[in-house]
Amino acid sequence: MPPTSSRESRGAGLPARDPARTGPPDPETCYRLLLLIRTVEEEIARVYPSDVIKSPVHLSIGQEAVAVAVCMALRLEDVVFGTYRGHAAYLAKGGDLDRMIAELYGKNTGCAGGKGGSMHLVDVEHGVMGTSAVVATTIPEALGMAMAFQYRREPRVVVSFFGDGATEEGVFFETLNVAALRKAPLIFLCENNSYAIHTHLHQRQAQSDICRKAEAMGVPAFRFESDDVETVYARIAGAAARLRADPFAGPCFFEAPTCRWREHVGPGEDFHLGYRTADDVRRCQANDALKKAAGRLTEIRRAVIEREVLGAVARAFERAAAAPFPEAGTLLDDVYKEV
Amino acid sequence: MERELSFVEAICEATDQEMGRDRNVVLFGLGVDDPKHIQGTTKGLPEKYGAERVFDTPLSEDAMTGVAVGMAWAGLRPIHVHIRMDFALLAANQLVNMAAKSYYMFGGKLNVPMVVRGMIGKSWGQGPQHSQALYSMFAHVPGLKVVAPTTPHDAKGCLIAAIRDDNPVLYVEHRMLHFQKGPVPEAMYEVAPGSARVTAEGADLTMVGISYMQLECLRARHELAAVGIEAEVIDPIWLAPLDLDTVVRSVRKTRRLLVVDNDWAYCGVGASLVAAVAEALSGEVGIQYRCLGFQPTTCPTSPTLEEAFYPNPASIAAGAHEMVRGDSTWRPPRRAYPETISFRGPF
Ligand SMILES: Cc1ncc(C[n+]2csc(CCOP(=O)(O)OP(=O)(O)O)c2C)c(N)n1
Ligand SMILES: [Mg+2]
Repeated sequence: MPPTSSRESRGAGLPARDPARTGPPDPETCYRLLLLIRTVEEEIARVYPSDVIKSPVHLSIGQEAVAVAVCMALRLEDVVFGTYRGHAAYLAKGGDLDRMIAELYGKNTGCAGGKGGSMHLVDVEHGVMGTSAVVATTIPEALGMAMAFQYRREPRVVVSFFGDGATEEGVFFETLNVAALRKAPLIFLCENNSYAIHTHLHQRQAQSDICRKAEAMGVPAFRFESDDVETVYARIAGAAARLRADPFAGPCFFEAPTCRWREHVGPGEDFHLGYRTADDVRRCQANDALKKAAGRLTEIRRAVIEREVLGAVARAFERAAAAPFPEAGTLLDDVYKEV
Repeated sequence: MERELSFVEAICEATDQEMGRDRNVVLFGLGVDDPKHIQGTTKGLPEKYGAERVFDTPLSEDAMTGVAVGMAWAGLRPIHVHIRMDFALLAANQLVNMAAKSYYMFGGKLNVPMVVRGMIGKSWGQGPQHSQALYSMFAHVPGLKVVAPTTPHDAKGCLIAAIRDDNPVLYVEHRMLHFQKGPVPEAMYEVAPGSARVTAEGADLTMVGISYMQLECLRARHELAAVGIEAEVIDPIWLAPLDLDTVVRSVRKTRRLLVVDNDWAYCGVGASLVAAVAEALSGEVGIQYRCLGFQPTTCPTSPTLEEAFYPNPASIAAGAHEMVRGDSTWRPPRRAYPETISFRGPF
């Protein structure tokens, strides 16, 4: 269980943010988080060809804004469920940076002791539940946790992140139905990047209005026009406040458009595959949330934050590289929890 | 010189030839018409047979498996592809409760001629949910057939046999075997259910290697030969139904059976094989049995742990050596093999 205290702590020596803010999101925190995620993932992409990370990585470069806006509206005791494309949600929620990079390196010091890798990040203390490589699998777990909070009358919010592809699985509809039925304090958050691997939404769904699916199951839904941080933040903060005030307020559903700049899995671009064009992505890049966030700060503040973030990221990769691999003798540890 | 194909090309050719021969064969699954063509196994097929016969699916494994059953009831012969065996778990209800039971439960009225292709991963941090074999779980269920070819020749022959079979067949592909090249006849042929093959002869012990472990057993045999031990190696090919006779015949000769499963050993096909051979030879004394498999834990992502998770040629050879010579200290060096070196991410 995540802790119930609201003490805010952040990994990798990054300063705390105020968890209970209302009003517009703090521009410095916003820039810091966006920059942190972008820098981490670009560094992953840079080192990937050297094989220090021997596992699949699904980068969210270009998609950071949604996770940042949502998580800024959450408190430490709130919980997010992400996916195998989970670096952004993990970091935005305050997941420990050093332990994340060590996990990607398969090291002992990783957040899952090296046993999980990039697709199975977890940081329970910061409200990041373990992610799954099997699409849509954690949507019902998010509901289960929300129902537990509801049962104990804990004013805590659960957010379930998933992609547009996940909305094709049966478990998605089953969970929506039960969440509505039980009036659970759960926020469904669909990060719609239009693709499942290389297949466009329109080739997969005859009725591709995802919000309508949610509404049909009895969950009120809202589609964002863009991934603009301030807009997303304001809506999610409002929804979260409503759920904290009344654990029976019932679930809500948000769909945010977003754009994956890199290939589905791996560090590179994939325009050569022909399922979309470089121009498609360039249009998204023109609306880069990171650039916009940078523009809201003075040059001096920006420089301070950049130095801080770049330093933390560089240290995390150095520490991960230097950390030991798990001993073969620990292979059978943690199969069962022993008393 | 016989023509050589890769394992991947052999799958593609078998599918192509069967689709050309029988209009009832249809092919679908996540990514079958994707630019990467399921590692190349469906290359050219969408263009050749059109979108009605070769089609991508939404992320809906459960429903699409039921769809395959319904198609099969109507006389089609669907092939449903899962890029990872792990995703077949979402189809387990339809496979186990409908596909496997249909013919029996409905008194022989509705049989289910369908093929489910499932890929097993390994290495490059495929980890907990992208590496599982799971075939033992499915082989457990009466009514399902399970096949795990290990050579390009058998990849083609088994797939043709599976498509022509009037029952549901789980066709197991190991990603490490996709890299293999070998002779593949151009003509169509079947490697029929229940036909094991002796892949190397020897007098000192019988090694049965399942799926990728077949390749690892042949490598272990090489290590053993260097110290004067001659291992007979058998590829069971079909896991359900199993060709018990070929194994029993061999063990009767060698008096030692080492089965190396590409799955967890407990409740696995390998353990069942050992039990069945032991029963068949229960009147005979002095026969040694052993079964190796994955370590009884989740497959870890970290390379050092993953190395300890799987049997490998060195550990297999050491186990065999102990059975033959009674010496557990000998162990050949751990070598690097081409497919484990060339198998790199991202995926
Ligand atoms: C149940 C299941 N089926 C298939 C896959 C293979 N797969 C991995 S990611 C993916 C696409 C998912 O798309 P989406 O939900 O939109 O998430 P995105 O990758 O775009 O973030 C697929 C089909 C899987 N991991 N799990
Ligand atoms: Mg998507």
